[in-house]
Amino acid sequence: MNATHTEPIPNPLQSQAGFAVPAALEAEVNELVTHYPEKRSASLMVLHAIQEQFGWISQEAVEWTAKKLEVQPINVYELVTFYPMFRPKPMGKYQIKVCRTLSCALGGAYELHQHFCGKLGLDAHAHGPQTTKDGKFTVEFVECLASCGTAPVMMCNDAFYEGVSHKKADDIVRDCK
Amino acid sequence: MPQEYKLILKYADEPGYTPDLECYLRHGGYEPLKKALALPPKTLPDGKTLSPQEQIRDDVKISGLRGRGGAGFSCGLKWSFVDRRSGKPIYLICNADESEPGTFKDRQIMHKDPHQLIEGMIIACFANDVHLAYIYIRGEMPEGAKLLNKALAEARAKNLLGKNILGSGYDLEMYVHRGAGAYICGEETGLIESLEGKRPYPRIKPPYFPAILGLYMCPTIVNNVETLCNVKHIVAMGAAEFAKLGTPNNTGTRIVSLSGHVKRPGYYEIEIGKVTIGELINDPAFGGGLRDGRKLKAVIPGGSSAKVFKASEKFKLKRKGPDGQMVEQDVDMLDLPYDFDSLIAAGSMSGSSAIIVMDDSVDIVEALANVAEFYAHESCGQCTPCREGSLWMSKALHRLTHGEGRASDADYLVKIADNIPGGRTICAFGEACSWPVQSFVAKFKDEFVAKGAADEARRVKETAAPEVETKLAAAHH
Repeated sequence: MNATHTEPIPNPLQSQAGFAVPAALEAEVNELVTHYPEKRSASLMVLHAIQEQFGWISQEAVEWTAKKLEVQPINVYELVTFYPMFRPKPMGKYQIKVCRTLSCALGGAYELHQHFCGKLGLDAHAHGPQTTKDGKFTVEFVECLASCGTAPVMMCNDAFYEGVSHKKADDIVRDCK
Repeated sequence: MPQEYKLILKYADEPGYTPDLECYLRHGGYEPLKKALALPPKTLPDGKTLSPQEQIRDDVKISGLRGRGGAGFSCGLKWSFVDRRSGKPIYLICNADESEPGTFKDRQIMHKDPHQLIEGMIIACFANDVHLAYIYIRGEMPEGAKLLNKALAEARAKNLLGKNILGSGYDLEMYVHRGAGAYICGEETGLIESLEGKRPYPRIKPPYFPAILGLYMCPTIVNNVETLCNVKHIVAMGAAEFAKLGTPNNTGTRIVSLSGHVKRPGYYEIEIGKVTIGELINDPAFGGGLRDGRKLKAVIPGGSSAKVFKASEKFKLKRKGPDGQMVEQDVDMLDLPYDFDSLIAAGSMSGSSAIIVMDDSVDIVEALANVAEFYAHESCGQCTPCREGSLWMSKALHRLTHGEGRASDADYLVKIADNIPGGRTICAFGEACSWPVQSFVAKFKDEFVAKGAADEARRVKETAAPEVETKLAAAHH
């Protein structure tokens, strides 16, 4: 074993040039930390706050969070890779999440997903979130969004839509400026 | 005539009812809390004295309240397991990670009547000497989290939370914690890990019973949203009155989420056991029947983990005969009272009280493939049988629904499913992912076999006459 030279471990996290936490976000994070007897508990809430600010979670954001919560970067990194809502790379400005689970599938969720992909020039059969070339839209299937009585349902960023017809889908895309 | 009975959702859908504190107070909100905080100690005939907290805990036991999240375990009993002598703080967490496919009842409460949940939680916390509580809401409900945060701020401003609540000397703080898209966080020990800022890997029991070693290794109560709302009503109406709702051992109301192929999907609050599955599906007060020209094929009675019922399936159940004697009767699936015990007796469960209805337009193999894909995606990966098994089942079902099936796939699926649950995994996800596969294949085996056999026959034909296939493919392009 040559201890003097080792290749760096591959890191799927991406770097974010000029990463800086604005004062308002730092204040929000400081407040969140006070909600728990142990700092580490704030991890998910801090990552949500960071993602809301930047749209994704970078190498620098993971390191900043780890330092803030007094844990190792791996303790934050393993959350980003486990929880589907956290994004380790930039996504579309508008993120369309179509529920694909049983009740929505019975109500036409696959056709709806296909409709979005067709309209936006994305591959409906590709695995995982698909983003348009201009970075405006990301379309993906998600699991049950807990509104099965009004299938098919979807989210566009934080907005929630029920009983989404193809006409309604077109309106949603149109309203994304 | 079967009908709805609105206890939890009494006001939520009234025109003009808003989720703010003023509206809640106008509708008698926080009166039960005041009543609870003002309870005097009660002296029993044997001279023992019950503190207000003990009285509420007793009432919850007497009320017969069972958990509304999925397991249907006695709430009073769950509270009685809490280690009150450890000297450690006791925590309460509301499980608002509503994510069992088919379920959308807690969403209604949190979005339309958040103060009802908060009041139920304050009373439950008071009764259990809790001073710090969390609402763990699923990440995909950002609007709900905002509404709850607003409601908590309103409650703090009126001293319904914080120090010395309404002059009672009781202190309580409560925060909203958001998940981030993982179904396993609904498992209570996984939820606790997630709240501690970790991956939500469920903990093994024993020793990690939340009532003893929960959040931060302290005694912890984890209750569902609807369960906690019921605590408020038990205090408001009294345990004995509450226990009159529903049926013996299945007391109170439940909000049933009805989805799939009915004319009127939606959420319906019923007295437990007073309405049958058939009435929920077909009665004009509920589902209003199937779409025109369609016949019933299958019903998942308690969220996607529950074992499926086949249309016209019969069960032998012990029921009270006309002379009061218990007699065994044949009961059609549609005539099962919608309650905890009848569905367990019929080999399934009411789970999170979510009914998914499938008519004869459904390809049952496709339906199971959909459910299996969910579990393959959501297995946390901690235990090998579940991590691998859920994926193998999903892959086998994927090939069955993409023209690559085999007649033997039905047996293969059951073989995998049989080897996941039963103590081979840390948590009940093992059961949850196996039950749909076991029940779908057992009850619709001919359809699984036929689909696989058809694929095999087609492949044999293709290998026998490759030149025809090539020509066909060329013509297609």
